[in-house]
Amino acid sequence: MLEFLSLRDGGEAAELPAVTLEAFSGQSNSTAVRIEPGEDARELLPHLDRVALVEVNFPVFGDGRGYSAARILREAGYAGELRAVGDVAVDQISHMVRCGFDSFRPDKPLDPALVEAAFTRFPGVYQKTVDPRAPIWAQRHGADHG
Amino acid sequence: MYQYDTYDQAMVDARVAEFRDQTQRRLDGQLSEAQFRPLRLMNGLYLQLHAYMLRVAVPYGTLSSKQMHMLAHIARQYDRDYGHFTTRQNIQYNWIKLADAPDILADLASVEMHAIQTSGNCIRNISSDQFAGVSADEIADPRPLAELLRQWSSFHPEFTYLPRKFKIAVIASQEDRAAMRLHDIGIELVKKDGEIGARVFVGGGMGRTPMVAPEIRAFVPFAEVVSYLEACLRVYNRHGRRDNKYKARIKILVHEMGREEYTRQVEEEFAHMKTLGLDPPLAELERIAAHFAPPPYETGLSDEIDLSDRDFAAWVSTQVKPHKVPGYAIVNISLKPIGGIPGDASSAQMDLMADLAEKYSFDELRVTHAQNIVLAHVKKADLYALWKALEEADLGTANLDLISDIIACPGLDYCSLANARSIPVAQKIAERFSDLGRQKELGELKLKISGCINACGHHHAGNIGILGVDRKGVENYQLLLGGSGAEDVSLGQITGPGFDENGIVDAVEKATNVYLANRTEGERFVDTFRRIGMAPFKEALYA
Repeated sequence: MLEFLSLRDGGEAAELPAVTLEAFSGQSNSTAVRIEPGEDARELLPHLDRVALVEVNFPVFGDGRGYSAARILREAGYAGELRAVGDVAVDQISHMVRCGFDSFRPDKPLDPALVEAAFTRFPGVYQKTVDPRAPIWAQRHGADHG
Repeated sequence: MYQYDTYDQAMVDARVAEFRDQTQRRLDGQLSEAQFRPLRLMNGLYLQLHAYMLRVAVPYGTLSSKQMHMLAHIARQYDRDYGHFTTRQNIQYNWIKLADAPDILADLASVEMHAIQTSGNCIRNISSDQFAGVSADEIADPRPLAELLRQWSSFHPEFTYLPRKFKIAVIASQEDRAAMRLHDIGIELVKKDGEIGARVFVGGGMGRTPMVAPEIRAFVPFAEVVSYLEACLRVYNRHGRRDNKYKARIKILVHEMGREEYTRQVEEEFAHMKTLGLDPPLAELERIAAHFAPPPYETGLSDEIDLSDRDFAAWVSTQVKPHKVPGYAIVNISLKPIGGIPGDASSAQMDLMADLAEKYSFDELRVTHAQNIVLAHVKKADLYALWKALEEADLGTANLDLISDIIACPGLDYCSLANARSIPVAQKIAERFSDLGRQKELGELKLKISGCINACGHHHAGNIGILGVDRKGVENYQLLLGGSGAEDVSLGQITGPGFDENGIVDAVEKATNVYLANRTEGERFVDTFRRIGMAPFKEALYA
């Protein structure tokens, strides 16, 4: 069972102590920050050059604000580690990857066989997001779109 | 109509395989009901009072004959030989066994259908005008955009765990047959400088806090609609309330934030989204639109209809509407026989409607939000034979938009959320007004019944609305007057204290009597109500 899953090259966990968004904004020596559902990921944008790890917390899986937070960070060019933590189950991880997450530390360990199935199940995607997958409409109309 | 290509088919097949695994894990006990619940809800499977209920998506209400035959097959094979057409133009089955659900989804996938996102806090089935493509007053066919949005919203990774469910309607006519402004997002196709685009309304809805959506943008070019909707949804996903499920719909956000501030944030997000290449090329919309090209109509047909059979003439006068092509007509099939359950159809009726569509209407049917069925392209010369066949199957009721054409939710007979029964009230009202001459005398009168405050029966939008509540363990029915879900959209007002089951039928009759006594030439019920106000009705109801 997987207590930690990383899709980044090397797959190692960046074990940096993540601080709150408020603490991060006020101090300059931290490189890891944790975003809670009600917090505005855009507050991080001026500081992205010194961030190595962003943890996005999902206290309950049904609170989907973290998906927007992740996508906003990737759209702004953030290339560091983006980790989903908390109530994260195998049924959410493929959508999370499409929103830019590249590592997971779930409250409950993940079954590797189900993780494999989750990432390979769907042959296509209908939307362009921040992952490299070409949406179905782009495949229909050739490589010049998407 | 739209046909899947290999990409679409592969996505739906993958969903079936995924749900088969999830169901197996549940049946094996690997998943608890608590863990399984969100997974089944993403596939339209609810646990109701007596059994599982499966809601199948009918995108923008359009079906082929083959698909309708499959819906009949599912009713026969897996349910109790009937299905219930819903106010989202979908169909639901009330007696499903969990172990059968994956096979049902596989059967649906074999005819390009699914139950994806028919429940859960995600973007639901996109609804549209049942007269799309055949009404003379439309700017363009709304279905290609609806299909584009179906694909965009399917498995959308950012918007699968929204604060609450999310409903979108697309129309293209002045006349609104889809209750567009009572949706989370309502889109009206409009023309500006010769270009077609979307006029966007956000924040409408029914439920316990009904609201009419305000316009937030007069025109979005087709080429940017996806970016614009992503912006609308992102602002909602980030800022919509999650502390109270009754205040979680986007209407509350738009209301509390204010239309101007919500619009400002959407515009800011839109300016950013537009740079990300999220929009499919117009060629994709054109590819989809080609599937909705007009069928091969015959030319030179007569517009004459032989109305010598009086019963047939009565049916034609209510159920048949003008078609834009000479010699053709739009036929509305009533699923509201007097004393029946609004929106229900047996498998035999579904098979018959499918056969009739194949024979008389280019193989296509539409489900309406008022829970009826439309055959959109019938030759006027075929109307009599069609009517005869419908009559034999108890599908020939002539009550479109009359008082017995009632929208009703399943209510406490089926639904675990309901506080009161809806179906018996609908049946009693229909029986009270069973005389068709009397109904016609009353004219257009849209009556809508919900068995709880969630308003699935659209009671806020009824000219006469009825809301069932639980008062100290007894079913009690509140009466609302003056609502409309059409282009003259308005919300009904509560008359006063509620009534018991028989009392509400009397109250409806009294309200119609006030209308008859006060109407002027050409006034519909709702017009008279708007002119004379609540007072005369209250006086009659509570004297």
